[in-house]
Amino acid sequence: MTGADLPALSIAELQRLLRHREVSPREVIDALQTRIASIDPQIGAYLSIDFEAAAKEAEKANLTLPLGGVPIAIKDIISVAGQPCTCASKILHNYRALYDATVIHKLRAAGAIPLGKMNMDEFAMGSSTENSSVKLTRNPWDLSRVPGGSSGGSAAAVAANEAFGALGTDTGGSVRQPAAISGVVGVKPTYGRVSRFGVVAFASSLDQVGPLTKTVRDSALILNAIAGHDPQDTTSLNEPVPDYTATLGGDLRGTRLGLPKEYMIEGIDPQVKKAVDAAVKHLQTLGAQIIDVSLPHTEYAIAVYYILATAEASANLARFDGVRYGHRADNPINLLDHYGRTRGEGFGPEVKRRIILGTYVLSSGYYDAYYLRAQKVRELIRQDFAKAFETVDALVSPTSPGPAFKFGERTADPLQMYLADIFTNAGNLAGICGISLPCGFAEVEGKQLPIGLQLQGKVLDEARILQIAYAYEQSTDWHKARPTL
Amino acid sequence: MSKTTDLDVAYVAELARLNLTDDETQLFQKQLGDILKYAAKLGEVDVSHVEAAAHAVPVFNVFREDEPRDWFTAEEALRNAPRKANNLFIVTKVVE
Repeated sequence: MTGADLPALSIAELQRLLRHREVSPREVIDALQTRIASIDPQIGAYLSIDFEAAAKEAEKANLTLPLGGVPIAIKDIISVAGQPCTCASKILHNYRALYDATVIHKLRAAGAIPLGKMNMDEFAMGSSTENSSVKLTRNPWDLSRVPGGSSGGSAAAVAANEAFGALGTDTGGSVRQPAAISGVVGVKPTYGRVSRFGVVAFASSLDQVGPLTKTVRDSALILNAIAGHDPQDTTSLNEPVPDYTATLGGDLRGTRLGLPKEYMIEGIDPQVKKAVDAAVKHLQTLGAQIIDVSLPHTEYAIAVYYILATAEASANLARFDGVRYGHRADNPINLLDHYGRTRGEGFGPEVKRRIILGTYVLSSGYYDAYYLRAQKVRELIRQDFAKAFETVDALVSPTSPGPAFKFGERTADPLQMYLADIFTNAGNLAGICGISLPCGFAEVEGKQLPIGLQLQGKVLDEARILQIAYAYEQSTDWHKARPTL
Repeated sequence: MSKTTDLDVAYVAELARLNLTDDETQLFQKQLGDILKYAAKLGEVDVSHVEAAAHAVPVFNVFREDEPRDWFTAEEALRNAPRKANNLFIVTKVVE
């Protein structure tokens, strides 16, 4: 094993080498630095990276800890003390975090080394990372296509072997969708499973932090570290955290998997449909029982999501006022001019669009018609899932209706971009957990584009969807494929 | 459901303290009009017996002890300030 081979390893494989002293944490950081220097100019996954700080932490890494000496890449919406936290926005271009988010504190406590801040759609608003105010991130499988979003930098870095694993955030699919179309594993934990303290808020009733990794086991390892109650996040659930690696293994006899009939929509790419159908058959051969279920309010999920998420965003983003941090407009003539220009100059088009929509649906006279009604339909969507989970253990679907799309293909029509999240939005509204894992490839214009399989589970049933995902992954070869770069 | 033509982007932008260019205002007027037309389908759903869900996994009355703990110093809190002097944020004039 030479340094050049290290970046291709999974976290579990890397840990074995570290524990047997076959490689030192410092050598791991150096190998990653070499890989990033050679590959990231093509991919554009990293916004900032502090090798010096990481090397210092590597010197004192405790290899007996669960993630001892393992570098983890961090979406640039999560605070890492002393590092930039820009949310890929001009309004925070010069901002540095003063403290560690709870998830970073927990990663460090498990021995991991946060390394690099990853590109994203500005304030996590988008499905392609094209809304970054800094740069494009390219899909490692086809550099003319998007990596998905909003955690596109995190997904592309893991896919391109320039990160062993990464943290992302998922408000409407922003971990699962980029994981799917970049060909890696991504988990959205149950709402409240992972603390958001120190994570810049987008839509507070939907946001969750989750891992993106090369394998299902690696996601379980990271989830072990970051899950759990945090008194500093009042929405965090005070429930015990199981060892998510303990239940990996075994077949799927007795497992009941639901196929939501409303997900069989027109507009699913035929190659995606074929791959997911084959995956369902494969799960059956592993012992799972397939049951047709119904989620009757599925067709309303996107409308509910974009009303609630933008309403919450318009309130959360009111804090960016140019007073205490971030961009401030030059020479304001009065306070209104100060706010209006600071925010007009600082926010990009998608963020502005969502602030306007969110402000409108909360405004006097429209609140009942949009916001309140959307909250009620959200409850019906939540009940749909609760009812389905009375008869099944998990739901199977595509993660995204199509493979990676080209740059610029959907930027002119926001509604078309929003429809990319049709299979993931509802899970956030219902607060349940979900995972995306590789289940095949679509051949498009001579390129192999990854396809993601989504498994959604009950509230706090992460162990179950990880176990199902692991059984599928270990009996297929999809996760072993890597892009040629 | 309200008529989507009710949306006046320029007015809402004022409420949101967010300056838009004329091009942005026109573009958003059209795009958000389309999105609200799409959202109008929520009017089809019978919600007369449904309670609104603010959170999917409700947690009520979360309290903690009101105890002092170490937090930022004034110097740290000012580290990201666009303008500062004498350990204070300099803000835009609010009274004439």
